[in-house]
Amino acid sequence: MEQIIIIMMSVILVDNFVLSQFLGVCPFLGVSKKLDSARGMGMAVTFVMTLATAATWPIQNFLLEPYGIGYLQTLVFILVIASLVQLVEVVLKKHVPTLYKSLGIFLPLITTNCAVLAVTIMNIDEGYTYAQAIFNALGAGLGFLLAMVLFAGLRQKLEDSKMVPAPFRGIPITLITASILSLSFMGFGGIVDGIFA
Amino acid sequence: MKDKMTIFTKGIIKENPVLVLLLGMCPTLAVTTSAINGLGMGLSVIVVLTCSNIVISLLKKAIPGKVRVPGYIVVIAGFVTVVQLLLKAYLPELDESLGLFIPLIVVNCIILGRAEMFASKNPIVDSMLDGLGMGIGFTMALGLIGLIREFFGAGTAFGIQLGTEITPMGIFMLAPGGFFVLAMIIALINWLSKGRAIKKKEIGCDVCPMIGTCSGICEKEEAGA
Repeated sequence: MEQIIIIMMSVILVDNFVLSQFLGVCPFLGVSKKLDSARGMGMAVTFVMTLATAATWPIQNFLLEPYGIGYLQTLVFILVIASLVQLVEVVLKKHVPTLYKSLGIFLPLITTNCAVLAVTIMNIDEGYTYAQAIFNALGAGLGFLLAMVLFAGLRQKLEDSKMVPAPFRGIPITLITASILSLSFMGFGGIVDGIFA
Repeated sequence: MKDKMTIFTKGIIKENPVLVLLLGMCPTLAVTTSAINGLGMGLSVIVVLTCSNIVISLLKKAIPGKVRVPGYIVVIAGFVTVVQLLLKAYLPELDESLGLFIPLIVVNCIILGRAEMFASKNPIVDSMLDGLGMGIGFTMALGLIGLIREFFGAGTAFGIQLGTEITPMGIFMLAPGGFFVLAMIIALINWLSKGRAIKKKEIGCDVCPMIGTCSGICEKEEAGA
């Protein structure tokens, strides 16, 4: 239990996927102009990350490893994620239309989100158990959601501002804001070691 | 011949994938803690991009339209695995420092974007040149960002110590420095080109290689439709 809390705290705050590991930067910059879409994207990523880990961890440990075909990891994982996303889309559309309405439109974009593939590979590399892997994925998704929502809030103000010098308008000022946000997340540095101390 | 030259050179400056089209941000920011890492990543991408462009151009009639994206992903993932194994065998140090970002070349939007927008519509030689040009543009951008970050962050260039008068600012090697250096370079390009280069190409559906599969949903969402 302690282990799981530590994993989640560190992946949400200290090793935040977007702000300290640069994973999922494209959607972070692309879909963060409005708070609603940022939240939708964040939730969809959390959902897919958790599901993808639930599917890829057993594949790696019960299929690829025992048969000595670990080198197919990248290929297998990305295909599993791609088909999983399609499957989730179809199932949600048919059975949970309310959830589909809020998450559905973001799902096709997630297949090529590097954060999803990254979390599945990371779970294997770190040697997590099944439960740890799932909570790590959940935490990574929540960290992404947190970064998206915080950033969308800042960016809404930024878009309206006329104070930004011309060459910095658009992407450069967005990146500078991201830089400052990531600087402030560095402040969480020692927090995890102190939780159970 | 002139056409071929244009195809090759456009990726290097005019349509530089990182600095003008603003694609492939994750590896750009993550691996550029030193010039060597940036160039190493760039070279891996050149290999994957050129090979996958050639193969996808060859297969463009064989892959049915509906499953083309998964098809491209399989081809790309195959080459990424090849590069990954080669790096592990011959350049273990580079493999160690690039780590997770080697398998993540699969989902690099530049590669999928070139497959979707160029290789699937053009003959083999053109696709190869396009892949090479885009790859070289990517490598140069990463090398440049890596060099700047390494110089300010560690006071070295390509691992060689450059004088001891300047105290290195470690922050440039960390995450905030990555965002900051990229912001400065793009602002400089904006300033030099008087805003023409990146005018309408802000990150969004216009440059997203997945636009064919999602039919611009994110843009509609952004517009509040």
